[in-house]
Order: sequence, then C-alpha cells, then structure tokens
Amino acid sequence: MKMTREELLYIANLASLNLEENEIDNYLENLQDILNFADIVNNAKTDGLDVTVGANEGKNVFRKDEVEIFEDTKSLLQNAEEKEQNMFKIPKVIN
Amino acid sequence: MDITNLTVHELQEKIKNKELTSREIVEAYNNKIEQKETEIQAFVTILGKEALEKAKEVDTKRANGEELGEFAGIPIGVKDNICTKGIKTTCSSKMLENFVSPYDATVMKKINAEHIITLGKLNMDEFAMGGSTEHSYFKTTKNPYNLNKVPGGSSGGSAAAVAAGMVPWALGSDTGGSIRQPASFCGVVGLKPTYGLVSRYGLVAFASSLDQIGPITKDVYDSALLLNIITGHDKKDTTSVEKGQIDYTKCLKNDVKGLKIGVPKEFFGEGINKEVKESLEKAIEKYKELGAIVEEISLDVAKYSLATYYIIACAEASSNLGRFDGIRYGHRAKEFSNLKELYKKSRSEGFGSEVKRRIILGTYVLSSGYYDAYYKKAQQVRTLVMQEFEKAFEKYDVILTPTSPTVAFDIGAKSNNPLEMYLSDICTVSVNIAGLPGISIPCGVDSQGMPIGMQLIGNKFCEETILNAAYTFEQEVKFRDNHKPKFKK
Repeated sequence: MKMTREELLYIANLASLNLEENEIDNYLENLQDILNFADIVNNAKTDGLDVTVGANEGKNVFRKDEVEIFEDTKSLLQNAEEKEQNMFKIPKVIN
Repeated sequence: MDITNLTVHELQEKIKNKELTSREIVEAYNNKIEQKETEIQAFVTILGKEALEKAKEVDTKRANGEELGEFAGIPIGVKDNICTKGIKTTCSSKMLENFVSPYDATVMKKINAEHIITLGKLNMDEFAMGGSTEHSYFKTTKNPYNLNKVPGGSSGGSAAAVAAGMVPWALGSDTGGSIRQPASFCGVVGLKPTYGLVSRYGLVAFASSLDQIGPITKDVYDSALLLNIITGHDKKDTTSVEKGQIDYTKCLKNDVKGLKIGVPKEFFGEGINKEVKESLEKAIEKYKELGAIVEEISLDVAKYSLATYYIIACAEASSNLGRFDGIRYGHRAKEFSNLKELYKKSRSEGFGSEVKRRIILGTYVLSSGYYDAYYKKAQQVRTLVMQEFEKAFEKYDVILTPTSPTVAFDIGAKSNNPLEMYLSDICTVSVNIAGLPGISIPCGVDSQGMPIGMQLIGNKFCEETILNAAYTFEQEVKFRDNHKPKFKK
C-alpha cells in the first residue's frame, strides 16, 4: 500500500507528533519500505484462524478492588515540570 | 586474581570462604568502570559511591552474623528501562532524561531483597527500540571486542558491560531479541524467559504482549542463578503466571544424551553470514558428539515472523507511548498556547526519530482502513506461528538457530536504513511472538575475532531444558577460557 504525504501528516497528528519538513520525506521513504516488507503477512493462509492478542491463553485475572494509599506524593510530583499545591499544572482548557 | 573476571557463582564462593569482601568486589568494579567507561560508554547512570557504601553495610552485617540474601554484596547492572526507586530511569530518551521513579519494579524489589547492589543503569536503544544501541539519546555504546562495532541492542549497555567486566551480571529486557542479540554480539549469555515467568511490573512498556525481563551473564550457571531471583508470580502483573519456585541450577546436568534438537532450515538460508553458518554447523556436530539427536526441520512460517513482529510491536508501542504527554512526568515543551500543542510539542521534542517512526507505523496499522490488512492479519499470523512451534515441540525438546544472521556490525552501518536494522532481528522475533523461552550462548568467533551466538529455543516454561543444553555445550567449548574482549579499534 502507498502512504501519501497527506496520510503521513494525518497519522502524525493522530499520534500527537509534529514532523519537520526535512523529516517528512525521510519518513515517507522508509515507512513505505517497511510497509512493503510488512505486506508479506497477507500471503499467509489464515482463513478461520483466531487472532492472538497475548502470548499466554487469555483468561481473566480478578482481584478485589481494594484501595491502597500511596503516600509518597512528593516523589510522584517531583517529576512534574509544573505543579501547584500538590497538583499537576496544565494550560487552561475551559474558556 | 582479577575480581572482575570472576563469575557470580565464583564471587559467591569466595565471599562464603572469606577470601573476598563485598567492599573489595565493589571497589574492583568501580575501578574497572573508571578504566573502561570512557571507551565503552555502557552506563547512563553510575552509582559507584552509593554502591560502595552499601557494600560496607553488607560487610558489617555479615561480620555481625545478620541474616543476608544469598548474593548479598554482589553488584549488578540494570537496563535503564527498569524502574529503580529514587534513581533515574531514562529509557535512554530525552523524554525521560530527568525521570526518577517513585517505586521499584518487582524485579528490583527481588534484587534488593537479596542485598544485591545496583552499580548503575545501563544504556539502551531509546525505549528499547533498536538493535545497536545507536538510538540512545545519550551515547552510543561500543562493543568490547571491537570498539568500532555496535554491541547490539536494545540491551547493548547491559551486554557490553558484562563482556567488559564492568558488572558481573546484568538485567536486560527482550521484546524481539533485545537480550539475545546483544549477548550474541558481545560473547555473553542472554536469556529471554517464557512470557509471564518474570513480572513486567515497573518495566517501561514497549510492546506489552512481547516484553520480558531476563538475565545477561558471563556463563549459563549465572543465568540460572539470576533467573531464580527474578521469577515468581506478581499480582501487579496480570500476565504473570503462578508456577511455584524452581531452582534452575538443578537442571544443569552437563548431559544431552537423547535430547532431541530440531534445526529449522529456514534459519540457515539466504542472508545468513557464511562464518556464522559454519560456526553453527560445528556446534551442531558437537551436540551430535555429545549424544543429542539432531534433525533438520522446517518452520515455514518463519518468513512471516519479522513482518508480524514489527506490525504488532509498533501497534502496541503507539498505544503504550501515548502516556508521554508532558503533564505528570517526562519532557514538557517550554512554549505552547493550548493543551494539544503542549502534547504535540512535548512528544515531538522528547522522542527520537526511531521512536517517532515506530509510533507513526503503529498508529497507521491500527487506523481505520488498515487495521484488517495489517494489525488483525498479523494477529492471525501470530496464531499460525504459535501453532507451528507447538507442532515442532511435539517432536523436539530444543530448536537450534543462529541468534543473529551476522556478527556485530560497524557503528553507523545501518543507522540510516531502518528496514536493514530490523532484518538483524530475523532469528529472534519468532520466540517473542510465540511467547517461548530462548537463550543465546557464544559458540565461536569469526575470522576477525567477533563472537558468534547460538540460540536455543524451548517450549513454554521449559527454561530448564534449554539451560541444560546451553550449559552442556558451554562446558565442552569453554568459550570464556579461549576468548576475551580486546578493547581495540
């Protein structure tokens, strides 16, 4: 399948990534190579086969929904670039 | 006696016999790091001073007869995508350059409970995406056997540090070969356990259905020892299995008589370097001499494995790496006018080119219109790959292949051609797709003295079978006695 420039920019936006002008041509070229290579999966005979989502047999793992208090808020917040009164600070989202 | 040449089981013996103290061991490693780090560039964070303090504490406790772990006072190196409380965990990315984990990964809890001392965090390809460690934001690690060559990746720092004697053993992680391929390039032993055997809690996720943590060691015995420490059920990882405690050293019998080994012809075809092939053929002869039954088999689906792997791994990565948005942790852009711009700028500045490439690829194969053709199809092929391995393991105990089609390549040789770089994973990815255990051990060197790795694949949770097969070969070939890194260009 052919990846167009518009498609690449659309996908990059979905992934919340900006691409520089000089990156676009480079990505287009090598993503196309990779996709051409990946197309080989379509030669495999998979009629009637289930999909595998994990390496081990899928079974639900249940546990009680118990609250565990993590008290070390200081070490959680130490990684935030901007914080205020023990809270993460982000730009205003509601006008 | 050069302490840094000793294996962990030798160090353990010498501590027990009071020939060595923990302080002496850590000092020896600190000196080695000081001598070699400038040329090898294996570490992102070095904890020499802290490690020495801990070693002194262990010695005091030991002198006082206090209860200590079996490996107390022995140092370890940890790949920098495994969370270490209070110590930076960067994933060799600008995105996490200053990230300090507020908690320990489950494997680190187990390591710390043994009083094993973390000597430093080891370099890797950014977010474990790569096969050469050239995709690290910080530095390119060099191969101790030839400083112009890559150490492999993504656990290149771990493999190079073990090979160079800068740590006695190390933890790596393996999503498509990231423990086994660098172990092969650096002439050390790398084990990727069965999916679910080791908890992934606290391992920064790349592709959750493929990732496993495992040991990189000087020899097979040490691999079994480290596996003993890190395995076990963890309620914090829903994919972790309940198996009960196994002592993996008990299976090391130095005997492969009657062991059935299948050699898939597809792994010896086009693209496999001639010297690698010859070395593997010699290894096969050795196994026959030792009484194993070796037969050629066909694993036809191998030809789909690499494409399947890259579709699934990138799809999972695009989802996993969605969490890096510059809000609670990780790089945050300085200038932005709204929230979406904050996300986009932070991510674009924080991620390197290979990580962005894989996120885009993953987003593409998951997007409307391509999901069925790529992602769903790859998941079906995954079923096919698993079935073919299941069939093979009905007849054989071990599947033997090269770990990598080539020896370590020159730094820069593949960095501008991602597809060519991906092709170096061709022998290892099937193991992750099928969730199997695989070990790489050195089986020889090429004419330039570069190590060649042999991969032994076992059925699910049959680590003991491949460990014994690897151990038996190792006892016969004695790679470590005959080959040492040269630290030359």
